[in-house]
Amino acid sequence: MAETTSLLDRARTIAPPGYNRWLVPPAALAIHLAIGQAYAFSVFKKPLGALLSLDVNKPSPGDWTASQIGWTFSIAIVLLGLSAAVFGKWLERVGPRKAMLASALCFAGGFFIGSLGVHLRSLPLFYFGYGFVGGIGLGIGYISPVSTLIKWFPDRKGVATGMAIMGFGGGAMIGSPLAVGLMAHFKTPTDLGVAPTLLVMGLIYFLFMQFGIWSIRVPADDWQPAGYVPSKEHSALITSGNVSADNAIKTPQFWLLWTVLLCNVTAGIGVLETASPLIQETFSDGVLGTGKGVTAAAAAGFVGLLSLFNLLGRFFWSSASDKLGRKVTYAIYFGLGILLYALIPTLGHGAQLTLFVVVACVILSMYGGGFATIPAYLSDLFGKYQVGAIHGRLLTAWSTAGVLGPFIVNALSESRKHEGLKGADAYQTVFYTMAALLVVGLAANLAVRPVREEFYEKGPVTAEAGGH
Amino acid sequence: MQPKQAFTPVAEEAGSSTGALVLAWLFVGIPLAWGVSQTFIKALALFK
Repeated sequence: MAETTSLLDRARTIAPPGYNRWLVPPAALAIHLAIGQAYAFSVFKKPLGALLSLDVNKPSPGDWTASQIGWTFSIAIVLLGLSAAVFGKWLERVGPRKAMLASALCFAGGFFIGSLGVHLRSLPLFYFGYGFVGGIGLGIGYISPVSTLIKWFPDRKGVATGMAIMGFGGGAMIGSPLAVGLMAHFKTPTDLGVAPTLLVMGLIYFLFMQFGIWSIRVPADDWQPAGYVPSKEHSALITSGNVSADNAIKTPQFWLLWTVLLCNVTAGIGVLETASPLIQETFSDGVLGTGKGVTAAAAAGFVGLLSLFNLLGRFFWSSASDKLGRKVTYAIYFGLGILLYALIPTLGHGAQLTLFVVVACVILSMYGGGFATIPAYLSDLFGKYQVGAIHGRLLTAWSTAGVLGPFIVNALSESRKHEGLKGADAYQTVFYTMAALLVVGLAANLAVRPVREEFYEKGPVTAEAGGH
Repeated sequence: MQPKQAFTPVAEEAGSSTGALVLAWLFVGIPLAWGVSQTFIKALALFK
């Protein structure tokens, strides 16, 4: 047992001289591709709502409602942010391997408990498993490779974190068809196959994550990329000091970036939440002509296209931020975002379907980019000492956006529909509100200044305290 | 206090080969490519 424990220790993950740092991103991707499944939860919604009736189109009165099922995802996202915030400093102290194992145990455990909850038809048990325990796995897993990647790629922080966080976007693309295929395989005349699907998926993900757990390495204390010279470009916001997680939250910069992330994510969720009904209602047969309107299948294709741009944006924008600087990159997200969000209703009114799709795709690329660029921004401002823990605390903005975004979208669009508005008119206020939210984000980003030296750690930082 | 490198197991001293790099990227790249292709096929419905 002692040997097993020591294998997980940070000291056992220190890379030998000559280690190829490009082996680290696949380890990070193995974790993020797994936990990214969370965004594919919607494939379970209809089957979970028909566990008794066995007909997804005709739920019986005793079946779980869509609203009840929807809470599972909300619980998971809230727990993602909370656990990332709570366990961030622990992660920095024990290293990525132990944290990744904890993530795998919680994430897969969430599937197993969730499966039992479905088998027993117990909604609280399902919430506890997939939502609570699984959500903790999401939070620890999300931040576990980030600071390690930043330490391996001080010259390409955006590229490195973009690759990992791109995996989170890609996870849904794997998780969704995997779940559909497994449910079809396990379906019987008396069961929709949800419980065994969850069980098998938990097992698959647990095994898949083992690759990341056992292949992750941290660089030695004195390691630097060959020929690396810290860039003088964009250096005004790149600190030479180190700020602890406890001190970081006392700085205005932390809360400005918290606001930046909150605004970017809330606005992006606005598009994601409404994507399918928005395109069907805005470009219906009534607008484009009989037989030319956007069908449900085409709308699903639109959602898929948005997911692809969400994924690509994570890598593209985050990598671009290495050249442009983080502040400029976020200024683009918000500046361009304001224009594009405000343009969406106009394109709807003008029946400009192609342009509408293009604009939505660019918006989603910047939504993904916002997630992927934030760790590098934090590292620039606060140093690499406890950047994983600081990132964890910042992710509470995501949890908040996960509740705020859908609330704003549903409240505004429903109230417009009650007023009798249809199509693009019903969603106009949603997009103007999101554009206004981006103005707040832009202001917060423009207000970011270098962190004052009084917040820096005095003296050298140690690995045990969460440093390099 | 012992230097940290002293904890490094012998197997880890071997360094990494190009083969390991290719295998590592294939391990995560294949499922990702499969997921992306599935999504792309679904997205094609928008253009029909």
